[in-house]
Amino acid sequence: MTAITDMPDAPRAARRPQMGNPVLRWLRINLFSSIPNGILSVVLLAVLAKGVTGFVQWGIANAVWLTPANDSSACRAARGLGACWAVIPEKYRFILFGTYPFDEQWRPALSVLLFIALFYLSSRRTLWRRELVYLWIVVLGLISVLMWGGVLGLSFVSQDRWGGLPVTLILATFGLAFGFPLGILVALGRRSNLPAIRSLSVVYVELIRGVPLVSLLFMASVMFPLFMPSGFNIDKLLRAQIAIILFAGAYLAEVIRGGLQAVPRGQYEAADALGLSYWRKNRLIVLPQAIRHVIPPLVNTFIAFFKDTSLVLIIGIFDLLTTAKTAIIDPAWQQFSVEVYIFVAAIYFVFCFAMSRYSRSLEATRGR
Amino acid sequence: MTTDDPRPPPRRRLSVALGSRELKGLFWQILVVGIAVAVIAFLWSNTVTNLSARRITTGFAFLGREAGMPIADSLVAYNPRDTYLWAFVVGVANTLRVAVIGIVLATMLGTLIGISRLSANWLLSHLAAVYVEVLRDIPLLLQLLFWYVLMQALPAARAAFRPIDGVFLSNRGLILPAIPIGTPQLWVFCTAVLGVAVFYGVRRWLIARQMRDGKPRPAWPFALGLIVALPALVSVLLGVPWTIEWPELRGFNFVGGLTLAPEYFALLIALVTYTSAFIAEIVRSGIQSVPRGQWDAANALGLRRSFMLRQIILPQAMRVIVPPMTSQYLNLTKNSSLAVAIGYQDVVSIANTTLNQTGQAIEAIALIMAVFLTISLGISFFMNWYNARIALVER
Repeated sequence: MTAITDMPDAPRAARRPQMGNPVLRWLRINLFSSIPNGILSVVLLAVLAKGVTGFVQWGIANAVWLTPANDSSACRAARGLGACWAVIPEKYRFILFGTYPFDEQWRPALSVLLFIALFYLSSRRTLWRRELVYLWIVVLGLISVLMWGGVLGLSFVSQDRWGGLPVTLILATFGLAFGFPLGILVALGRRSNLPAIRSLSVVYVELIRGVPLVSLLFMASVMFPLFMPSGFNIDKLLRAQIAIILFAGAYLAEVIRGGLQAVPRGQYEAADALGLSYWRKNRLIVLPQAIRHVIPPLVNTFIAFFKDTSLVLIIGIFDLLTTAKTAIIDPAWQQFSVEVYIFVAAIYFVFCFAMSRYSRSLEATRGR
Repeated sequence: MTTDDPRPPPRRRLSVALGSRELKGLFWQILVVGIAVAVIAFLWSNTVTNLSARRITTGFAFLGREAGMPIADSLVAYNPRDTYLWAFVVGVANTLRVAVIGIVLATMLGTLIGISRLSANWLLSHLAAVYVEVLRDIPLLLQLLFWYVLMQALPAARAAFRPIDGVFLSNRGLILPAIPIGTPQLWVFCTAVLGVAVFYGVRRWLIARQMRDGKPRPAWPFALGLIVALPALVSVLLGVPWTIEWPELRGFNFVGGLTLAPEYFALLIALVTYTSAFIAEIVRSGIQSVPRGQWDAANALGLRRSFMLRQIILPQAMRVIVPPMTSQYLNLTKNSSLAVAIGYQDVVSIANTTLNQTGQAIEAIALIMAVFLTISLGISFFMNWYNARIALVER
């Protein structure tokens, strides 16, 4: 058996030089294993070299790193030749924290750190216990206190002055914190044998998933005031947050439903045989198994709507992308939007890349 | 826990329990539906009061009024004196234009990158991996703004880049040579489409005959005849002119040729590159899902590599690829609504302008939803049909 499956590899293995310089051997195997492969490698290397040298010249060698405050003349002199990274130190406070009162910006900064700590702790397998729920409640409460203030000697900052990275993190994290229980309920509803509840869940999920998030956000910003009794007005940020929760709930419900389907029938039957009620059966037996099954796709869904929170730009909410776009309205720095976008892209990338790495490591160790 | 209890379960209690379970179910359904109805009724009554307070009449009568909005980039004839309904049609056409072309290009680019990731060439596979990783982890809207800024930073029309003769890249967009399409050219296209349909039938007939006697019959002469020679013949007989229209710089702008406006071009690039990263991953995992034994068996039969890929590997990979691909196509279509951020006038952007001009928020958003639900259902329907066609047929 093994002899047969090894057959196709055998001649290639024999051709491999067994001795000699390991670097040369690596090159031979990975880049120049055949003539077309060699040509491809040379072409790719040439393109790569051109790209990298071009970027190094623009982004490092000819770049302007620092200028005196609010003076972009050095940057404008280097325009077309080098990047103007000086726009970042000039604008980073606004990009990261928006119009939050300047002297109080340690509060959103601390909130960002709290968010990161919360994500980190939630990723530890040993902490996947009920206490994690309490931890989320406490930390999110703490962040609300920090951002709003008005107690403990902190001055009150209304949410129309919030902006930047904390707003992005708030929209995504609160979207998850409220969308997740909603998603569980809807997923259970969609698998329920009660026809009315099942069809309500199906309509909700398909309606939300069928339309773009942009139209939901428009709905939140334009139609929501129409829905409410006159005189009752809630804040724009909260309206967008509700839209994102409803959006996240529908997508999370589908992921959780996948997990519910993966739980073997015997588990349901065993729970029924023990005489557990519907809620106890789901809470104690079914959901813990179902959710463990779908943690990697749940993380991927979270990455997706973490990126999608940037769409609130369209309805004028100051998240990270909107503050970046606003920062370069300043005529002195207007021409350097590419640099600002690269900076913001790097922030998004760090968050999403860390999460996608984590999701993949979970998948790799699945079932252990 | 007594496992060897010989007594039968008490019947009466069971029936009571069943009855209570049904009652409970009924109770929950009535409760949930009642809450849903109450919430909807509450929102509805508020909306009606608010609308009458703002003197907005509900209904779709506004669609017949003059739109008065300029649309720069349109596939069909439009001027601002046309109705809102026509403006919507233009918007739907613009959405479909970017979505259909985006889906085709993203599939091609994504497949190429997905295969590159599996390449034995270390450099190629790692470059493809970096491409996928970087594009997937940056929000699409940010990428879109980035491409749009780059478009605007291009030189003016007079100093346009000319990568190939007749192709201009400037802040007016991408300008390509074009072949003007009129009625005679359309006849040739119709013949070609007819040829494809007839060829499809002929191929089925050939396969049916091969099933009977086992003799393979080549289909390519028929393809050549029906899809290439027949339209060419029609073209020659009708004397259809196939002149190429070269764009020219006149004054500050270009005349002639095909113009891809910067907004459209930026949106297309952003959608294609972003979606291709996801498609690449789908293609990679699809190909990897084909067991090694299938490659070995095909090799052992001495099949040619192209035949092996076409007949053995791809049909099996497709089963894994098609369902997630469907949702990527749906995502691309929905993501095309980000056009509103850079001012490409797709259906969402036009609905938004309508909403601001008329105050008909509910109708405008209902139209957006209707359009997207229709497109989504259309794509799902087509992909489900395709999926059923390629599904594993067991005895």
